[in-house]
Amino acid sequence: MLLHYGPQLVNLLAAILLLLAFAMLSQRRILSLINLFAAQGFVLFLSTMLVAWLTGQNHLYGSAALTLALKVIALPWILHRLIRRLEVKWDVETLLNIPSVMLVGIVLVILAFNLALPISQLAGTVTRSTLGIALACVLLSFLMMITRSKAVPQVIGFLAMENGLFFAATSAVYGMPMVVEFGVALDVLVGALILGIFLFQIRERFDSVDTRHLEKLKEQ
Amino acid sequence: MSGTLDLTLAIATLWLAVGLAGLVAPRNLGLIRRLLFPLGAVLGLALAASALHGLFQSPTARVLPLGLPDLPFRARIDALSAFFLLLLGGVAAGISVFASGYIRRGEGTPPGLQCLYYHIFLASMALVLIADDAYFFMVAWETMALASFFLVTSDHRHAEIRRAGYLYLLIAHVGAIAILLCFGALQGGSGDYSFAGMRGVERPVGWASAAFLLALAGFGAKAGLVPLHVWLPEAHPAAPSPVSALMSAVMLKTAVYGVLRVTLDLIGTVYWWWGVIALATGLLSALGGIVFAAVQTDMKRLLAYSSIENIGLIFAGFGLTLIFRSFHMGTLAALALTATLYHCLNHACFKSLLFLCTGSVLHATHERSLGKLGGLMHRMPWVAWCALIGTIAIAGLPPLNGFASEWLLLQAFLFTPGLPHSYLNMLVPVAAAVVALTAALSGYVMVKFYGVVFLGQPREPKLAEARDAGAWERVGLAWLAAACIVLGLVPAAVIGLLDPVTRALTGFGMASLAEGWLFLAPIQPERASYSPLVFFAGIAALVGIAWLAVRLRYHGRMRRTGPWDCGFPHLDARMQDTAEGFGQPVRQVFEPFFRIEQQVPAPSDARPFFREVHDDRLWHWLYLPIARAVDRVTSLVTVLQRGRISVYLTYSFVTLLLLLLFVR
Repeated sequence: MLLHYGPQLVNLLAAILLLLAFAMLSQRRILSLINLFAAQGFVLFLSTMLVAWLTGQNHLYGSAALTLALKVIALPWILHRLIRRLEVKWDVETLLNIPSVMLVGIVLVILAFNLALPISQLAGTVTRSTLGIALACVLLSFLMMITRSKAVPQVIGFLAMENGLFFAATSAVYGMPMVVEFGVALDVLVGALILGIFLFQIRERFDSVDTRHLEKLKEQ
Repeated sequence: MSGTLDLTLAIATLWLAVGLAGLVAPRNLGLIRRLLFPLGAVLGLALAASALHGLFQSPTARVLPLGLPDLPFRARIDALSAFFLLLLGGVAAGISVFASGYIRRGEGTPPGLQCLYYHIFLASMALVLIADDAYFFMVAWETMALASFFLVTSDHRHAEIRRAGYLYLLIAHVGAIAILLCFGALQGGSGDYSFAGMRGVERPVGWASAAFLLALAGFGAKAGLVPLHVWLPEAHPAAPSPVSALMSAVMLKTAVYGVLRVTLDLIGTVYWWWGVIALATGLLSALGGIVFAAVQTDMKRLLAYSSIENIGLIFAGFGLTLIFRSFHMGTLAALALTATLYHCLNHACFKSLLFLCTGSVLHATHERSLGKLGGLMHRMPWVAWCALIGTIAIAGLPPLNGFASEWLLLQAFLFTPGLPHSYLNMLVPVAAAVVALTAALSGYVMVKFYGVVFLGQPREPKLAEARDAGAWERVGLAWLAAACIVLGLVPAAVIGLLDPVTRALTGFGMASLAEGWLFLAPIQPERASYSPLVFFAGIAALVGIAWLAVRLRYHGRMRRTGPWDCGFPHLDARMQDTAEGFGQPVRQVFEPFFRIEQQVPAPSDARPFFREVHDDRLWHWLYLPIARAVDRVTSLVTVLQRGRISVYLTYSFVTLLLLLLFVR
């Protein structure tokens, strides 16, 4: 019974993922952004578990555990601590006009689906139809990094992009080899830590974590 | 032989361990000076001994359990590697002992960190010499470059030292790229980057020539061959003296090793015009180097230019080897190669000795400029006598080692009339003349170096307080000085050591051609032969007889009186010939080599000041135009630099989208 609805469920989770990506794109408050990021990680964990169970790929359980530990627990915790220590918890960002950003996002989603079409026809996995969504998540996170000017949301955009990549990997080829996955996970963790240190440096220098101040560093 | 390979790997590992031990207490000078550096020296001796043993064994190879999956490090030792390991171990032992007395506190990088870099440098040079695939070779090569960069910039608080280090790193990387491309050309589409695989590949002339030219450029950049020599006179004065000694004596030789390995071993078939190119660049470096050395006023810069000269001679010998080999004249190729390798060994000994002497002088006087030294013979007799041995050796005077190898090189040149190529027959004697000119000029330069630093009167009052080198430094200097003497007195034995190397690379050895152990007679004893021991005995006998005659005949009939002083009794230090004055004739004769800027004071000037700057023309013909072109191109690119992260992100975003659309 569940086996029959399995692929449908994966599609549902993929849709939630995309929805969360849009939510992150339009969210102004940093605190909510982190919670959305954690939620996205949790959905990713669920979908990985589901794919693992549907296809019997045991190493995907490991990936799922890694996702849970890293993206649902560790990284949001680090980010929470970071914004508490940077005292930007209640910061609200002035964004570009949200509706137009959303429109650009929709164009990106269409583009992503078009791009993924030939690949998903080649892929023989049960989850192939979600490849377009995965690619859309990557592009939307990228767009989010572009439209933000504060450093912490940019870091979150970077991490969300990795979520999308991970989802693409599970949906197209049932995940990457474990060694690659560990490498990427480590990269993300180290990247977040380095960016954290970097943020303190920026704040010390400019009394703010707005990366627009970095413009002053430009060579004249 | 597998024993030698294992021992070499073990010594490299132990060197790394000694270096890491320096990190345990980076400011504990006692530990570093009294334990770690002497330990490194002992390891150097062990390496030399094992390499000496390995020289006469058959090659062994082994795959190491290191490296990437499916791409392991391969190590191999043969006669060529063993010879250069012998050089490394022997010279490093002396330099390490010296360094244990030399290292001080408070000169930039803490002593423990210097100890780490120093021993990584030693270990990586040993690994370069035993690497048996391009991957391992490049890893060791780059480790060597980085370790030496950090050693050069030990005093990183001075801006000019950072600048020198940057220039060194830049040229080292240009060279490394050329070497990498050379290995790419060598594998010939087989995708096999092990040296064993490269030996088996048949290449068309074009690929082989490309590989040779890239190797010459890449290793030439490390060796200091014109036109990639500009880093040497900057980096050597910047580095602490033991480091300069190690770089000049051993690191430049690893580049020679690389070019010999690639050309004679991996490529195999050679063409005569390769030899002509190597010969021409070598001679240009030799002559240019020594002419520039003649006008230097900084003692370490002078030695650095002299290193360029010696490397030039080594490459000239290498070029001659290629020419002989391309015409299948095996014995003569072996003779030229013997001279080349012998000169490598000799240069390693006397140049490290002289650099260490400058280090002692520098510590005693805090002065590098020749214009402020002088008369140190009386204040620092140990250093002065060791420097005298090094000076005689580098000037190429018998019976010390410099003469033996330069003589062999000239002998090799004299056999070129047998070449079956008319143009070469006419041109090579000119090359021999250039070698002779270089040898003579190097004698001139060394008289300048020694005379200005150690003889005459002190040019500054503070020189009176100069102290002689400490016990550790003396041991290091004496070791290298002894090597210069021994290598000079028993050339037949040295050629016996080189025999397996030339036999492996050219198929012929010179050991049987040395006339007994006393006389050295390449090819035929009727043509030319040389016996340093007989020569030495002759000189000693003459001096003894003269001394005895004077003592017996004139002793006790001495009358002390004031010298004839040309009517000017007050001689002082400022009346001595200066370094600039001594170099003046050479500057005049070889004026086209320099780009000279002069500031001559006006007759009415109340405080007249004469200023003259000698510049390398290559800076203005080659380096500055390239730098300006790079600047122009980068200024076009700075339009893209907006200073905003979101703009940069947009760039990559748009690129990503376009690429996705493109591959679709």
